[in-house]
Amino acid sequence: MTDDVDQKRRHFLTVATAVTGGVGIAFAMYPFLASLKPSARAQALGAPVEVPVGTLEPGEMIRVMWRGRVVFILRRNEEMLSRLPLSTDLLVDPDSAKEDQQPEFAVNEYRSMKPEFLVVEGTCTHLGCAPIAQIDVGPADDWFGGFFCPCHGSRFDLSGRVYKGVPAPDNLRVPPYRFIREDLIMIGADSGAA
Amino acid sequence: MARIESEIGVPKGGFMKWIDDRFPLTETMQYHITQYYASKNFNWWYLFGVLAMVVLMIQLFTGIFLTMNYKPSADEAFASVEYIMRDVEWGWLIRYMHSTGASFFFIVVYLHMFRAMLYGSYKKPRELIWIIGMMIFFALFAEAFSGYLLPWGQMSYWGAQVIISLFGAIPAIGETLVEYIRGDYSISDITLNRFFALHVILIPIALIALVFVHIVALHHVGSNNPDGVEIKDHKGPDGIPLDGVAFHPYHTTKDLVGIIVFLMLFCAVVFFAPDMGGYFLEHANFEAANTMATPEHIAPVWYFTPFYAILRAVPDKLWGAILMASAVLLPLFLPWLDRSRVRSIRYRGWIYRLALTLFVISFATLGWLGMQPVDSIYVIMSRIFSVVYFGFFLLMPYYTAIDKTKPVPDRVVYHG
Repeated sequence: MTDDVDQKRRHFLTVATAVTGGVGIAFAMYPFLASLKPSARAQALGAPVEVPVGTLEPGEMIRVMWRGRVVFILRRNEEMLSRLPLSTDLLVDPDSAKEDQQPEFAVNEYRSMKPEFLVVEGTCTHLGCAPIAQIDVGPADDWFGGFFCPCHGSRFDLSGRVYKGVPAPDNLRVPPYRFIREDLIMIGADSGAA
Repeated sequence: MARIESEIGVPKGGFMKWIDDRFPLTETMQYHITQYYASKNFNWWYLFGVLAMVVLMIQLFTGIFLTMNYKPSADEAFASVEYIMRDVEWGWLIRYMHSTGASFFFIVVYLHMFRAMLYGSYKKPRELIWIIGMMIFFALFAEAFSGYLLPWGQMSYWGAQVIISLFGAIPAIGETLVEYIRGDYSISDITLNRFFALHVILIPIALIALVFVHIVALHHVGSNNPDGVEIKDHKGPDGIPLDGVAFHPYHTTKDLVGIIVFLMLFCAVVFFAPDMGGYFLEHANFEAANTMATPEHIAPVWYFTPFYAILRAVPDKLWGAILMASAVLLPLFLPWLDRSRVRSIRYRGWIYRLALTLFVISFATLGWLGMQPVDSIYVIMSRIFSVVYFGFFLLMPYYTAIDKTKPVPDRVVYHG
């Protein structure tokens, strides 16, 4: 009886059934994987936010939330801006050459649209702690003011540019933003309306 | 040659026969308990397997009761833990048993793994037991990490922020992967909710399944012993290993003494030092999560710190993550890295004894370093001890091969 079994045919049918079933399972997994992505509500809460900056004095900094993350808005005064070139040699990426860390308009020494307004995410590019603003010069010789991360000691200058020899690999990320008016910034989109 | 085990076995007929005709109950009991023969020279190192089971039971039991009052939402989680602590009758006890149990789980499992390294329990034919055991260890890491987010304290939040960010170091897919893990653009209510699901459903089921498989594999090949000799090589006329005694009643009775001593220690911590001076429950976690400010000093709970110290020793994000992951994964390969002809440390030479001592020192010191703030002297020490840690594993094929071993006896022996 067993002599009549076409083993080749049986093997083919077994493999074909297994492959078809496997493909089916893979497709059935898609909804479950997709459900792990940020939901519509999370995306809505991640919508752009408008921040009035008219009352911000030169030298003053505010923290705002966007997408559940802290965003620093620092209005740099002339003196702060004059300190930026001092740290250039100590930085990993002084020219913001690395893409994705900032929108096109922020690829400059100031890493901003307007030199006086610095808008950066207050999330350390190492492991996501919140850096502390230490705007003043010193006490160390090579500290010209900026941001310091207490978790693993990463340092950034007043443009959010990362120092050499610290664990953070990249400059602080500049979120997309635009000026709706002179005194109103929209964070989260660099075009269109909120 | 009457065997005491068969007298303990339930007589056939009646209800048991009815069951046994439909389910192999007596057969299973005999195979795993009353007629499972383990070496008679087990010492106290052999308690930690059963103690791990005891802690698993404590965690499952207390965990069920905690879920009855805990609320997995960012707005309510911290307050619901305080509610359990203050308003639920005996809630403080249930919660402290669970939080203390987490630390004891790792104490017991680390000692259980060290036992395997002392007596070469991972060597042929027990490689799979070791690998399944390592998978239990990984599951335990995931369970502890997901559980630590649930109280939604400052350390819960920022600790999770740091560890989840590690996945972002993976080139190309990192950022997307992190978004899938969090389910949001930052750690939020959504992340907390899904970590709760993982912590109370997926990982416990995986743990129980893995423990089951671990024991099935163990009972298939038989337990190792402090002499590292194969007791199945010398069987009596009844087919029972001459050096073996039945798991029940002999080993169970002995284990019971160990369990009682263990529970005394466990209760002492639960009642008198539930936070263990900040080691079991970190002080920063008594403050609700604040997404705007990172605590001054971030350190994971003690059982993660050896690996955390390795992460911090590397001044590069990607390489730090790679080295930390390797440090966790390397023990998986012990059965093949160890080229020694003998299993037990009793018959190994001075080289392995020295290597194992250095390994223990480096692991403990890294654990201490992982709790210290970022300071250049600590970073340098972390680098030195990371090299020792990796050296233990990577050089093992060489030093175990040249290490002079002593002759191994045929049968188990007693020392002292």
